Amino acid sequence: MTKADIAKWIHKHVGTSQKDAVTTVDAVLDIMRSTMIKGEHIKISGFGNFMLRDKHERRGRNPQTGDSMPITARRVVTFRASHLLKEKMNDQ
Amino acid sequence: MTKSELISILASTQPSMTKLESEAVVNAVFDAISEALAKGEHVELRGFGSFTTRTRQSRVGRNPKTGDTVSVGEKKVPYFKPGKLLREGVLSRDD
Repeated sequence: MTKADIAKWIHKHVGTSQKDAVTTVDAVLDIMRSTMIKGEHIKISGFGNFMLRDKHERRGRNPQTGDSMPITARRVVTFRASHLLKEKMNDQ
Repeated sequence: MTKSELISILASTQPSMTKLESEAVVNAVFDAISEALAKGEHVELRGFGSFTTRTRQSRVGRNPKTGDTVSVGEKKVPYFKPGKLLREGVLSRDD
């Protein structure tokens, strides 16, 4: 499934025009992305939470050469699915 | 940010859209993704990330209250991998 398929789904289930559906899917994802870039978590009830985790710097290795090198401190996005989504994935 | 905040923000950025329409569209986005994952499909959203399903093997667990062993069947869990724009956007923690 791609953005285009989600737009088709919206067109079919909500009645939004194809063109507007494509625009709004992009708008929803843009809002979510910029929210996370600002450092804010996102909670979507019934779906899941997008959480930000701050990782400390640690020593890693270049798997190709085996050289030890530092992995800088960074922030990463993790997704925690709601139990409703997990149930939905396992009852079919 | 909660889902209702997302709905409000979407409505405010799309002048032609009422709050009710915004709510229907936002719900539809997550329904569509959930439905695809339930069917075992991948969902690939350029610039945002992709959702895939991973299978957890069946295992023998324990009831933490009674200590009885119980078998936990194989199950599917969703996995989200952030896309390049999102991953690189959140990377530096300068807030």
